[in-house]
Amino acid sequence: MAQSAGLHEPEDRLTPQVIDRHRALVSVQEELEAVDWYDQRVSATTDAELAAVLAHNRDEEKEHMAMVLEWLRRHDPALDQHLRTYLFSSGSIVGEEAAAESGGTGAPDPDASLGIGSLKEARS
Amino acid sequence: MNHLLRERAPITDAAWQEIDREARARVVPALAARRLVDFTGPGGWAHSAVNIGRSDDIDAPAEGLRARQRRVMPLVEVRAAFALSRTELEDFDRGATDIDLAPLDHAAARIARAENIAVFHGWPTAGITGLAAGTFPPVPLPGDYRGYPAAVARAVEQLRTEGINGPYGLALGPDAYTGVVGSAEDAGLLVFDHLHRVLEGPVVWAPGVSGGVVVSLRGGDFTLHVGEDLAVGYHHHDADVVHLYLEESFTFVVTTAEAAVTLSP
Repeated sequence: MAQSAGLHEPEDRLTPQVIDRHRALVSVQEELEAVDWYDQRVSATTDAELAAVLAHNRDEEKEHMAMVLEWLRRHDPALDQHLRTYLFSSGSIVGEEAAAESGGTGAPDPDASLGIGSLKEARS
Repeated sequence: MNHLLRERAPITDAAWQEIDREARARVVPALAARRLVDFTGPGGWAHSAVNIGRSDDIDAPAEGLRARQRRVMPLVEVRAAFALSRTELEDFDRGATDIDLAPLDHAAARIARAENIAVFHGWPTAGITGLAAGTFPPVPLPGDYRGYPAAVARAVEQLRTEGINGPYGLALGPDAYTGVVGSAEDAGLLVFDHLHRVLEGPVVWAPGVSGGVVVSLRGGDFTLHVGEDLAVGYHHHDADVVHLYLEESFTFVVTTAEAAVTLSP
């Protein structure tokens, strides 16, 4: 496997699961960066057709990001917990945090799951 | 508060964390199926069924109509109850590091074994067909563990011949697993290492499995669908003990039955 420039620790000290999550996290980062670039180009261009193409491409990057984010949610119980707390909520986002923290009773997440999920090792 | 009712238990935050830590430590090594099949979820406690895309004709409610009813795979709830001594839990809060959590350990072993049996050997009452029911005739396992690599190689060859690519994994029941780990071939090669080479994948300790099962790990063939992932809940308590349980909801869907070969003991 090619060395990722984003690994901050020696690869042989990282588990396959950590390396796969790294791949996904970097992918989310790259997709969001692309969204930002396209967003600015759509705003800057004076050609309406080009703006439409760029906006289409920008929104496809959002779809890619969402797919990778869902993979991460399924493989990261803590992320799953936070997404369940904050996504698709209404009202104050900061208020959601206060409610989540004041309601804590030792349970590791709102579902109190042990957060085990898949144990299948990533294929190299 | 959710349906696990953990907040109702006379258990401190620190003790809950210790219970969850112990449950995780005990159940994870025994969850063999999750090491070999795809996993979808958790979909939550309210997730009740998996769409399998099938339907059946049913009597139409009136002339000139056709009616079909969808078939789904309903999730099953599995619960392993156990009771912990309140004195032990109180001692944990005093700083004791050797409290008796054996009832929890036994419950973890029971529920992990149940998940393995459902996935590998099926659970007819729950409508679950196990992956060991595959389409190939079982490959007999020899009495001598040194013959296991040859038997597994035959199973792998069957899969390759059918176009089922690897890598492959092997689930072995506890006795067979222990026998394999402790055996070496005449040339000094450990049977365990030889199996790894044949499979290009893991050999998994699988409580509840009879004999063994060779499974393709390519993905897309077998899926464990989980609603509520394993969690510890509260039932009731008295002056002496707290009654708790380990629980999950799941079903198992076989997409490519020929992607596994059974090794009969």
